[in-house]
Amino acid sequence: MLRYTLRRLLGAIPTLFLVVVLAFLLVHAAPGGPFDDERALPDEIEANIAAAYHLDEPLPMQFVRYLKGVVQGDFGPSYSYRDYTVGELIGRSFPISLRLGILAMLLATAVGVSLGIVAALRKNSPVDTLVMGFAMTGISIPVFVIAPVLVLLFAVKLQWLPASWTGGEGGSRLLLPVLSLALPQVAYVARLTRASMIEVLASDFIRTARAQGLGTAAIVRYHALKPAMLPVLSYMGPAVAAVLTGSVVVEEIFGIPGLGQLFVRGSLNRDYTLVLGIVIFYAALIVMLNLAVDLLYAAIDPRIRRR
Amino acid sequence: MVSGSILAGIALLAIIGPWISPNEYLAADFENILRSPTLAAGHIFGTDQLGRDLFVRTMMGVQVTFVVAIVASVVSLVIGVLYGATAGFVGGRVDAVMMRLVDTLYAMPFIFFVILLLVVFERNFLLIFVAIGAINWLDMARIVRGQTLSLREREFVQAAQLIGVSTPKIILRHIAPNLIGVVIVYVTLTIPQAILIESFLSFLGLGVQEPQTSLGKLVNDGTRQMEGAAWMLLVPATLLATILLSFNFLGDGMRDLLDARQSR
Repeated sequence: MLRYTLRRLLGAIPTLFLVVVLAFLLVHAAPGGPFDDERALPDEIEANIAAAYHLDEPLPMQFVRYLKGVVQGDFGPSYSYRDYTVGELIGRSFPISLRLGILAMLLATAVGVSLGIVAALRKNSPVDTLVMGFAMTGISIPVFVIAPVLVLLFAVKLQWLPASWTGGEGGSRLLLPVLSLALPQVAYVARLTRASMIEVLASDFIRTARAQGLGTAAIVRYHALKPAMLPVLSYMGPAVAAVLTGSVVVEEIFGIPGLGQLFVRGSLNRDYTLVLGIVIFYAALIVMLNLAVDLLYAAIDPRIRRR
Repeated sequence: MVSGSILAGIALLAIIGPWISPNEYLAADFENILRSPTLAAGHIFGTDQLGRDLFVRTMMGVQVTFVVAIVASVVSLVIGVLYGATAGFVGGRVDAVMMRLVDTLYAMPFIFFVILLLVVFERNFLLIFVAIGAINWLDMARIVRGQTLSLREREFVQAAQLIGVSTPKIILRHIAPNLIGVVIVYVTLTIPQAILIESFLSFLGLGVQEPQTSLGKLVNDGTRQMEGAAWMLLVPATLLATILLSFNFLGDGMRDLLDARQSR
């Protein structure tokens, strides 16, 4: 297990390095500089600004400087939010996105697994058809369609919940964003759970358990649930990536001051260092979470480690 | 089959719809600003905040969406098939290195790179196609490689090698045509992904720019106006969901069909 962990940890380093290189080159390939303006500044001032942000150095040196900073968690100053470093901006908005993401993942897993089990136990019944129809619809409808429709229904027409972050307090303002983020994942998890549950329920050891007189509830809880959860667990990596991408849209729609909104604002303002920093942050987060899921998987299922 | 006909119907409507509608794409009807759907002035889906006809705009949006989806899928198909077939056919160390690269790229969140690309360079239409295609080729490459590995051992390939046909020519003329069945199924599955990414970018204001429009952009416009004009959100949203649902059903069905043939 230790060898496997080390191998996977080392495998993640090239990916992360590639992320930083690609993102850095992309930003520096941009025509024009970040401080080019309509007004022509005196040459001395332009040279001063360039020197202050180290833009006068050759590209490889700038890259080494940046990489050194990133390794130490320093993403440099923001170009459009003066007096803030990119690190500070990320640190301020990430906790909000994190809470949103964790709640959405918890909801998606709990509801998705339950729906999947119910559908698998009543395979080919009307209940199953209903759940799977819902799942297919949930997969096909993008987050940026679900969220406004939920707002239209629950905030504008029924007026039960606030339509935006500033319009409510505590749980009520979290409910709609979390729901919009979780719905597509509920659908995926339900489909996965159903498929693997059906497979597990058809296996010999379940038949043995049934022959010994165990009830359905006990069979599911003590024998079938654990093996059936393996595919769901391996989906958790992509699910986190999808929730992160989704939160970009959801935060924009509900006006939540999280990382996603910061990212969109930065993109539209052409705040290069900010966007660069957030891309690297997101990428590192996703690579790390994928790694964590893989390690967890290997810890549960020893067959993986031997490969 | 049903989803195929729905898609064909939507595509047909998108092509002839703007042509038969009494309203022009850019024309503003100042008498009917933010008009709810009505038969009176021919605004069967209503109008937007500038008095533009929503039916014509939606149909133009569908056209853009379909074009992006098809071009992006072709880009990913060409890259994926060539890459996968080369890796699978040449084999050995080349294969190992090429597939290792795919694995590394797989772990990267590409959507953020596309956004970065669009931020850094001018937002143009072509770039969106290429960017979306560039994300989607990884799956294709893996599947094609797997298929090529088995094709490589077949007699006709060995015969071609024996009479001295060059490797690039074998890949293009003998391997690629035999991959069509598998590839078509996976294209049906990449099309909805491409549509999803395009509308996601357009929704954020990073995709298609005015005066052009797409379904994602129309949903965004609708979100801004939904308190007074719910139809502006619901019309493009429903259409987008229907298109995606149909493609997913189609892809699933075709995959089942293919699996059945393989298992036989």
